[in-house]
Amino acid sequence: MALKRFLMRPRFIIYAVVILGFVFLPRLLSTFNLILFEYGLTFAIVALGFNLLLGYTGLLSFGHGAYFAAGAYGVAMTAKYFPAHFSLEILIPAALLVSLIISAIFGFVCVRHTRIFFSILALALSMLLYALVFKFYHVTGGSDGLYVKIPSVFGYTFEGVRRPQFLMGFYYYFLLGVFFAALILMKGIVSSPFGKALQAIRDNEVRAELIGIRVRRYRLYAFIISGMYAGLGGALWSFVNGHVTPDVAHWVFSGEIVYMTLLGGFAVLAGPVVGALIFTFLKLYAMGSTEYWMLIIGATLIILVLVLPAGIAGGFAKLVAKISQHFATRAA
Amino acid sequence: MFVTPSYSSIPFAKSSRVVQRNEKMWPIYILNGLYFAAFIFLISLGLNIILGVMGVLNLAHGSLYATGAFMAAWTIVALDEGASIFLIYPALLTGAVIAAIFGLFMEYFLIRPMYKRALEYQLLITFGALLLFEDVIKMIWGGEALYASGPFDVLGRIHILGNPYPLYFLFVMILAVVVGISIWLFMVKTKIGVMLRAISLDREMATAMGLKIDKLGTFAFVLGAALAGFAGALVVPTTPALLGFGMEPLILAFIVVVIGGLGSLKGALVGSLVVGQTRSIGIALFPEIELAVLFLIATVILVVRPQGLFGR
Repeated sequence: MALKRFLMRPRFIIYAVVILGFVFLPRLLSTFNLILFEYGLTFAIVALGFNLLLGYTGLLSFGHGAYFAAGAYGVAMTAKYFPAHFSLEILIPAALLVSLIISAIFGFVCVRHTRIFFSILALALSMLLYALVFKFYHVTGGSDGLYVKIPSVFGYTFEGVRRPQFLMGFYYYFLLGVFFAALILMKGIVSSPFGKALQAIRDNEVRAELIGIRVRRYRLYAFIISGMYAGLGGALWSFVNGHVTPDVAHWVFSGEIVYMTLLGGFAVLAGPVVGALIFTFLKLYAMGSTEYWMLIIGATLIILVLVLPAGIAGGFAKLVAKISQHFATRAA
Repeated sequence: MFVTPSYSSIPFAKSSRVVQRNEKMWPIYILNGLYFAAFIFLISLGLNIILGVMGVLNLAHGSLYATGAFMAAWTIVALDEGASIFLIYPALLTGAVIAAIFGLFMEYFLIRPMYKRALEYQLLITFGALLLFEDVIKMIWGGEALYASGPFDVLGRIHILGNPYPLYFLFVMILAVVVGISIWLFMVKTKIGVMLRAISLDREMATAMGLKIDKLGTFAFVLGAALAGFAGALVVPTTPALLGFGMEPLILAFIVVVIGGLGSLKGALVGSLVVGQTRSIGIALFPEIELAVLFLIATVILVVRPQGLFGR
């Protein structure tokens, strides 16, 4: 009975449709759009983690590109220095470890501040990483970046498989699996006591401190988790892109992560995911159709901030709430 | 395929005319440092005024600087190479004027609706403006580099301790000192300056005293934008104006603000001296990690003294 009621909930039906749609997407979309969608999924993971910091802890970081780069370079540097171990089951944990270390160090410095100082500091630290990656040409490839070849999985090498085939076949489902795991984990994090404590800190720092939450330490934990999500996204992105450049550590890329999160709406869990997917398509189609794509993206951002501050998913949730309230009052 | 477009296509371009280096040139390094400091000071002064009076961190400040650079370069080129010194130098002021106009529009249409909104939105709208500006510059002046070395060539070089040094660099330093002193006098002696300082000290109290926050805020923003545009105009005789030109100075100005403290004029001065000298000596001694050292200094200062050297 309980199961039946659960299955009949509209929310569950929507989830089921979305998951089924995602699974059959390779048959529906062209190669180009599917690969674009994969870019969107990797950014969605990044934005999910970023939102733990912005939406749930109330800290705006303008330097999350650094942890994205940590993950991506974690993969690319393994390819350069340990070519024998170029295998997915080693690379992903390695990337997570690198982003864990970097975000723990940077986070330790950053969480001493809040508001605008936090943003500037996160930005400055990400530019520090950018400068290092950019200047140490012999270690990191400098502005040329590093090439990322197709990885092997548990001893199986994709020999003779070209990248689009790899991306459309195995890798898409791998990415989808990781994405859903990350989404469910994030749902767990934000509904856990830890997540509630973060929201308490966001709403009132002093009060949270007084009821016994160790504010700075919790902020650091949130920062590290969010950095690791960015690193995971970066690692997955590097296989899709096949090439890693220092641009991902530049603060403008961090600004794009903020943009994605706001485009979707940071008050809703799924908001950043929607934002990341839409942003990826918007940007590429804007770049393809006009020379002045930055104008389109910038204008969209400005209009969004002025007119729809809750973001697309947030606005949609508000609309749904309004409609259901309307029916509820009519029924009463 | 999908490649992150390189925003950083001119990564931390070095001033191309900075004199060649060897061991006996320490006075020149120091002077170069002062020259860097001079124009970073102008930019961070503007950023700091806007931040202090309006509480908005303007991410598009570098774009205002770039606008000034393009306008000044375009005017000088339009005036033709052989124009007299009395025409070329006033032409540099057009950079300040255009940036002030852009700043006025930006304040009125974008920043003003954001006063009461959360910090995230304020930062994001200036980020949107940054993207917008980049393409507006491309639309107006095209994508090519604009090079106008007239003011630099006219002044020639002098000899300092046996080393030739461009007189133009000294001119920029003197100008920065003059601008700095006049801004300081303006803030201390005039009524508007006192009102601006009152707003940055306590916004609510200033409102209660009946100050016109809106108009004063617009004034502060336009002043800050004009300073950025002027700095851009001053740098254009030595380095060609390119797209994405404003990114580096913006980051350097952030570091200055971080070192010196939010909204402090003294902090902007000391911060730009630190940044300028570190860059100049860094390029000579450890060019690979010159920028990293700068960021490291900023981070250490923030950890030891969170409000910056002269912050409140």
